[in-house]
Amino acid sequence: MNKNRNFDFIIIGGGVIGCILARTLSRYTARILLIEKESDIGSGTSAANTAIVHPGYDAVPGSLKAKLNVAANPMWDDLAGELQFAFSRRGDYVVAVGSDELARLDELLERGKLNGVPGMHIVSAEEMRSREPNINPAVSGAIWATSGGICDPFGVTVAAAENAIMNGVAILRETVFEDFLWSGKQIIGVKTNRGDFTGRWVINAAGLFSDAVMHKAGIHPEFSITPRKGEYFVLDRTEFSVNNVLFPVPSEISKGILVTTTVHGNTILGPNAQNIDDKENKENTQSGMDEVFEGARKLVPNIHSRHIIAIFAGLRAGGNAACLTPGSDYKHDFLIEIPGEVQGFVNLGGIESPGLTAAPAIATYVVALLKDVGEDLHERKDWNPIRPARPQFRHLTHAERDALIKKDERYGRVVCRCENVTEGEIVAEIHSPLPALTYDAIKRRTWLGTGRCQGGFDMPRVTEILARELGVSPLEISKKNGASKFLCRPTKEEGDVE
Amino acid sequence: MKIKKCDVAVIGSGPGGLAAAIAAKQHGAKNVLLIERDREPGGILLQCIHNGFGVEIFKKDLPGPAYAQHFIHEAQSVGVEFLLDTMVLEITREKRIFASNKSEGMLEIQAKAVILAMGCRERTRAQVRLPGARPAGVYTAGTAQRWVNVEGFMPGKKIVILGSGDIGMIMARRLTFEGAKVERVLEIMPYLSGLMRNYVQCLQDFGIPLQMQHTVKRILGNERVEAIETVAVDDHWQEVRGSEEIIPCDTLLLSVGLIPENELSRQVGIHLDPLTAGPFVDNYFQTESEGFFAAGNVVHVYDLVDWVTGAGLRAGESAALYARDCLPMNKKIAVQRGENVHHVIPHYLDMGSLNQREEQLQMRVTKPLEQPVKVQVMNGTEVIASKALPYARPGEMVTISLKDKHIEPLKNAEQLVVQVVKRED
Amino acid sequence: MDKSLQTQSIICVACPKGCRLQIQRDGEEVLVSNQGCKRGVEYAIGEMKDPRRMVATTVQIEGARHPLLPVYSAAPFPKARIFELLAKLRSLKVQAPVKEGQIILENALDTGISILASRDMEQ
Repeated sequence: MNKNRNFDFIIIGGGVIGCILARTLSRYTARILLIEKESDIGSGTSAANTAIVHPGYDAVPGSLKAKLNVAANPMWDDLAGELQFAFSRRGDYVVAVGSDELARLDELLERGKLNGVPGMHIVSAEEMRSREPNINPAVSGAIWATSGGICDPFGVTVAAAENAIMNGVAILRETVFEDFLWSGKQIIGVKTNRGDFTGRWVINAAGLFSDAVMHKAGIHPEFSITPRKGEYFVLDRTEFSVNNVLFPVPSEISKGILVTTTVHGNTILGPNAQNIDDKENKENTQSGMDEVFEGARKLVPNIHSRHIIAIFAGLRAGGNAACLTPGSDYKHDFLIEIPGEVQGFVNLGGIESPGLTAAPAIATYVVALLKDVGEDLHERKDWNPIRPARPQFRHLTHAERDALIKKDERYGRVVCRCENVTEGEIVAEIHSPLPALTYDAIKRRTWLGTGRCQGGFDMPRVTEILARELGVSPLEISKKNGASKFLCRPTKEEGDVE
Repeated sequence: MKIKKCDVAVIGSGPGGLAAAIAAKQHGAKNVLLIERDREPGGILLQCIHNGFGVEIFKKDLPGPAYAQHFIHEAQSVGVEFLLDTMVLEITREKRIFASNKSEGMLEIQAKAVILAMGCRERTRAQVRLPGARPAGVYTAGTAQRWVNVEGFMPGKKIVILGSGDIGMIMARRLTFEGAKVERVLEIMPYLSGLMRNYVQCLQDFGIPLQMQHTVKRILGNERVEAIETVAVDDHWQEVRGSEEIIPCDTLLLSVGLIPENELSRQVGIHLDPLTAGPFVDNYFQTESEGFFAAGNVVHVYDLVDWVTGAGLRAGESAALYARDCLPMNKKIAVQRGENVHHVIPHYLDMGSLNQREEQLQMRVTKPLEQPVKVQVMNGTEVIASKALPYARPGEMVTISLKDKHIEPLKNAEQLVVQVVKRED
Repeated sequence: MDKSLQTQSIICVACPKGCRLQIQRDGEEVLVSNQGCKRGVEYAIGEMKDPRRMVATTVQIEGARHPLLPVYSAAPFPKARIFELLAKLRSLKVQAPVKEGQIILENALDTGISILASRDMEQ
């Protein structure tokens, strides 16, 4: 662990917002610490969402959401280039079915214009059918927004975190924020389960828990996060896939249930939207799954339940911050501020969709806020914006594969047969700048275990490799943290059983 | 990249692949290459340490590894070349196989005939859409089997098993043997999906309760499974309100079905039957792509390994003949499923082969028929062959053979329909 | 013991059909009904007088690729003593190499039945 306990910036929360912010701040001469309560970064909303880089036509005009979404969208090409994660700017579609919905497309187009979204076009029903042969034949028209994209949301988060580490940021996982350290009205650090850390600035990027953090700072007692659960299906790409990002016409509360391709080629369906109380409840429900399936079939009727290979659920951090634009009555805006009531605190709350898209602009917005209050930020000459990606066997040509195996024979052993992930890739992740220490950490970094057998084949093998590389017994290996161990004892334990 | 050439390449060294490789060698294929992704041959049999294998072929009740050992020795003695710890990544229509392993890097294998013997995989939690949390402790029965029997670790102490498939019931006994408590086995159907023998010897012998028409309503526990909520279902698979029960446990094992593993077949463009999830095959076990054969569970899921071996032997023989340019190909008759038949293999029958041997049609029935039945092969309204059985159940494969005496009645047939109907007598 | 006839029902596994046999026991006498064939009678008498099962498990092995060696009983083993046998095998540790069919435990629990290796296991 890092022995240094004094920092300039302490970021609470290692989701995509915290990690991109850490990476953005790392270009300045500053000592930066990021703390994450879970065993891995990106374990919350960043790990379970729709993976869309939105053009920005959904957000309420005048809101901070709209402003940062539209500002961030063009930043993704450079971000993906520098951090070398999967990103594809393939455009997205809002698909109208029936005449009522068709009329709504104009509203959306108008909203996009107000928000300053470039490249929005109306596409005829006929054209839509030719672009996406699986689309509901009853399609009446669509909007095509060329600036839409898809990304690997966990990939962005881990790449940003690694690049931050390369540039000197300390990241501590399993480190739980407990309270602030104070000097009068000045926040001077945080208390955690791993002791105290001091910082000139503490930044709240706690996502679902951002309300609790700001309440500890004594501000915005009225602010609260309502977790909004979304359930998803992943389809087997060898059985069925769409080529596009397909949104339904949105409702007031949600962008609706999508059918969308992903950077891994699998089509995903979802999410629904259900407000819940429990911030740890990521359960799939029968009614939720039914709702998603029915919703998806409205756009693409020939999806069949046998195409499903995975289910998951994620929580959006729905906030209740009022939009600050005069005249607006919008009540669910991003809250990003350096509050006047306390010193040394940067407060982010209610960063729900389009939070992933907006992340790079949120980071530069925070930098601007800091500069505004007189924080002296000096750019480092030795800042390295490039995070080199590690080899991914399945994306290589046979000749490249051959060369890689000749260099390191562990790339010759395929551990995940569905996704063709090799032992070499797993070992590389275990020894990466932000080591993958659990099965899920490896799964999210390599995409192993996400195919048809859902880890049935690779799980014992990954457990064995993790144990070997970490120098522990396979009994110590867990799915996502210490409490989620896979195994309970050796088959042949000494002495009596039971 | 290293290039290897062979007459016959077999992908997968489970019982189907081993038999196919042996037969290919015995029928004159010069070089037979058996490619296995694991470090040793034998496939899933190596973790199936229970008895019950070989009753048909050896008239002995062997454990899985012993059954495999016999064929491994035989393959070695007839000169099959093993390529172990090697993963096939791609197969082209021209029968070029790209594979990787640690010692040789990427390999290109050029074969005259290819035998697909990848076996099957287990249906997972998502495929049966089980609601609830997603903690550690939810495993397919086969994954647990590998851990307990091969790697030497127990996946849990208090266990609920969903599905009365054979692996599930066998794992119930196995885990009990190693000191775990199997709380119960749940089966959503009103009948057993595995063999009766396994119910008696794996569950009943040890007092493990089996609840028919019950399923998992919800998995509880965010980190590790803490309990399973079960629910009864009616004859239409609808949940019976008020029948919910919480069973504290740390593990949920799934034995909810097997699916032929045809990712590579699909890549080649081989046509797959949606009913079996395996390739369309003729009685040579040749797929609709010439020179590509399929052996064992990759075609459809068998109930007994002995039948897998039999299928492998036939596929291996056919592939050797194909590689030697002497596989007879005559008029083919389509074989269709009729009343009460879920699917029937082969999909096509080559008439010419009936001169030399019996041809077995293998099928699964759609629902249990617990009374005397007859299996009938029909050409229109004409009964070509008929066989009486005391009963028919989905868990047990049903077969009927056609012989040389059927050549004459089959002469003008375009398609045959196979049905399983009640016997009135 | 009560001298009146005791009736019980068992499922025959002599073949996969699974007939539900009715058995009446009168001292040494075993009366079977509802059997589908005569193998059912043999099965029922065996189950009543001396129930046996094939036993397959693993033992620890040293010096091999795997930590466990699968083993099985050379013949059906007395059902009532299966857990005794398992406990005995649990304490056993063998050395690689082992050949399939090799005796791992001779005359287990004085039953005259040996426990055999289910496969070869190299060093």
